[in-house]
Amino acid sequence: MQKEVMFAGFGGQGILFSAKILAHAAMEEGYEVMWIPSYGPEMRGGTAYCMVIISEKHIGSPIVKNPMHLVAMNRPSLEKFAPVVKPEGIVLINSTLIPVRSGRSDVDELVIPVNDIAIKVGSLKSANIVALSSFVARSKLVKMETLRHCVEEEFSKKTKLIPLNMKAMEEGEKAVVNLKE
Amino acid sequence: MGKTFEKPEALSDAHTHYCPGCTHGIIHRLVAEVIDELGVRKRTVGIAPVGCAVLAYNYFTCDFQEAAHGRAPAMATGIKRVRPDLIVFTYQGDGDLASIGMGEIIHAANRGEKFVTIFVNNAVYGMTGGQMAPTTMPGQRTTTSPAGRNVEEVGMPIKVANLLAALQTPAYITRQSVLKPKHIIQAKKAIKKAFTYQIEKKCFSLVEVISTCPTNWGLTPVESIKWAEETLLPYYELGELKTPE
Amino acid sequence: MRKVLMKGNEAIGEAAIRAGCLNYFAYPITPQSEVAEYLSHRMPEVGGVFLQGESEVAVGYMIFGASGCGERVFTTSSSPGISLMSEAISYIASAQCPAVFVNIIRGGPGLGGILPSQGDYFQATKGGGHGDYRLLVMAPASVQEAVEMVMEAFPLAEKYRNPVMILGDGLIGQMMEPVEFPEHLSSKPTNKDDWATTGMDTRKSDKPNVVKTLFLDAKVLNNLNLTLKAKYDRMKKEEVRYEPYNIDSDYKVLIVSYGTMSRVCKTAVDNLKEEGFEVGMIRPQTLFPFPETAINEAAGKKSCKTVVSIEMSMGQMVEDVERSVLGKRPVEWYGKCGGEVPTPEEVMEVLREFGK
Repeated sequence: MQKEVMFAGFGGQGILFSAKILAHAAMEEGYEVMWIPSYGPEMRGGTAYCMVIISEKHIGSPIVKNPMHLVAMNRPSLEKFAPVVKPEGIVLINSTLIPVRSGRSDVDELVIPVNDIAIKVGSLKSANIVALSSFVARSKLVKMETLRHCVEEEFSKKTKLIPLNMKAMEEGEKAVVNLKE
Repeated sequence: MGKTFEKPEALSDAHTHYCPGCTHGIIHRLVAEVIDELGVRKRTVGIAPVGCAVLAYNYFTCDFQEAAHGRAPAMATGIKRVRPDLIVFTYQGDGDLASIGMGEIIHAANRGEKFVTIFVNNAVYGMTGGQMAPTTMPGQRTTTSPAGRNVEEVGMPIKVANLLAALQTPAYITRQSVLKPKHIIQAKKAIKKAFTYQIEKKCFSLVEVISTCPTNWGLTPVESIKWAEETLLPYYELGELKTPE
Repeated sequence: MRKVLMKGNEAIGEAAIRAGCLNYFAYPITPQSEVAEYLSHRMPEVGGVFLQGESEVAVGYMIFGASGCGERVFTTSSSPGISLMSEAISYIASAQCPAVFVNIIRGGPGLGGILPSQGDYFQATKGGGHGDYRLLVMAPASVQEAVEMVMEAFPLAEKYRNPVMILGDGLIGQMMEPVEFPEHLSSKPTNKDDWATTGMDTRKSDKPNVVKTLFLDAKVLNNLNLTLKAKYDRMKKEEVRYEPYNIDSDYKVLIVSYGTMSRVCKTAVDNLKEEGFEVGMIRPQTLFPFPETAINEAAGKKSCKTVVSIEMSMGQMVEDVERSVLGKRPVEWYGKCGGEVPTPEEVMEVLREFGK
């Protein structure tokens, strides 16, 4: 079955990058994948969003009206995309920056203080990785191990950032486990 | 007794289509002599412009490409970048180089492309029938400036060599003429210098050559030379404007 | 070889290198500037030529000059940039030089927008520049296919001594998909000594080669055009490519669609099949030559009531579809342009309507 994940936030929050890591990990696990960025004026500082499609078979349309899941890093993203998420989908809400909720009762709302966790981990810049880790921990679209491996590979040119992002991975996952308890 | 005068190897046997009194023939010969003397004919590619010299490939015996109007410096760039071992020259007139092709020549010169441009300036469009060029003199009558060039409307003639000499990239920029034998001797020296700089992979070179167009000026060849000396040379001063050293 | 996740634009740059094309001239324009950015560091790594020209006009002639030397050369641009290069493309076709142009189309006319479009279909297939010439036009629908087409484009350009255009759209350039690169092309340009300005020394010849496009004698020019026409006729015989989809079903509607749009259509076809509504599709992979016969035959199927051209333009390819169907069936058009790609749901609704 085909699964679509919409990553959305401010430009500069690393949206395109975390989406790429997910696509990379899914590819490593043998899935067909597609990574479709929003590009254009909004690239320059405004809202950025990016769709990742993961499927067991050939992917047709790159245009998806209703994504299965949403990772919302800021309020405008949540307000824009929460209404179109498919029922039963995950809506990850970065509660550090978003005081509201999706207003949907038919989705799996995952409220994570992403920025707070990132700051605790050591850098706000790792917020995208925290969110990615939380999302994957809940959705299980790929194995955490594969994801960790891909984070390492994506940072292979900036190896000194790997420990920070491994920590971000760990804390992102922990946040989801803690929610369940 | 040996031969005292013969046709350069780099020139073909073809009769040129140039008008009586036109100086293109002289300039072709100077380029051909330089190519022969430097022994580079078999690795030279010339680029013909759009204008009177469009058929130049019929008169030279080296490889040739023919550009669109004004684009010879871009073509030369393409050739020289992918085949730096070739010796490349463009041969352009004032409409071609100074009007429609101004962007290409400035950027090629500024990148320091290692080719030679022979810029023939006779202050008028020749091939299309005597229209006003960017180098047409104030008050000069042409088919599109019947009352004479009005500088209030279209500005002053462009001194291409001076313009290019203002660029910061090292280059060889010179203005010559072929109006008198002593000019011709000087012009050949300049052309040879330009080709030598290219062979040494040193710099871009432009040799502007003040020339005549009896047909479109409506003068006899002799009158043309006189007019050029009296009108063009005081404005387009001859000499070296920039050397790479 | 291991699959790599790559952006279309970067994959196109890499594919050219693997096709043995080490010469790239370009001018930045959205949405394809990543090709230039990628090649600005890749070309020096492989000892190739990278040059950012001063304009698309100049770049067109840098390509002409380099291809006139018989070297593999290519450029990439997007719609307004291709308009500026079209002068040179006409010259290159006339001088019969091989070269590859990639157009990652954005919305037009004018400055238009920077989002995906297929509005340059006419420009690519019917001219763009002046005079009687054609480009061999290939339209990829995925990053993988873009890579394969770029790699095939060079030998095709050399086979016909004619420019080849890869017609993608903003989405093909911007999206990432897993790519498996084919083996490096081992072929080299052949016969260039017969015509290219390689320098007489290098081909041990006494005869100068002249690359030119001025033919003042009417008979000579007519003969050149006949030569060109013969090449285009040969392309029509030998180079037509298309992908049939769900064509064995008893489809009521036949779609003709290419590039990104065809992928949306595929999803629509699959979804409608689940509803019990059969739709067939022909996806032209070459836009010139156009798969006329395949479309004509598919339109003639007994179950088929309507043929519809679905494109991200206001009805350009539909003219070729009409020309192919030859009145056998009604030919309809559906499309959107401006950057918004129709969704599968929209396409399904349109198809249901045409299927009534």
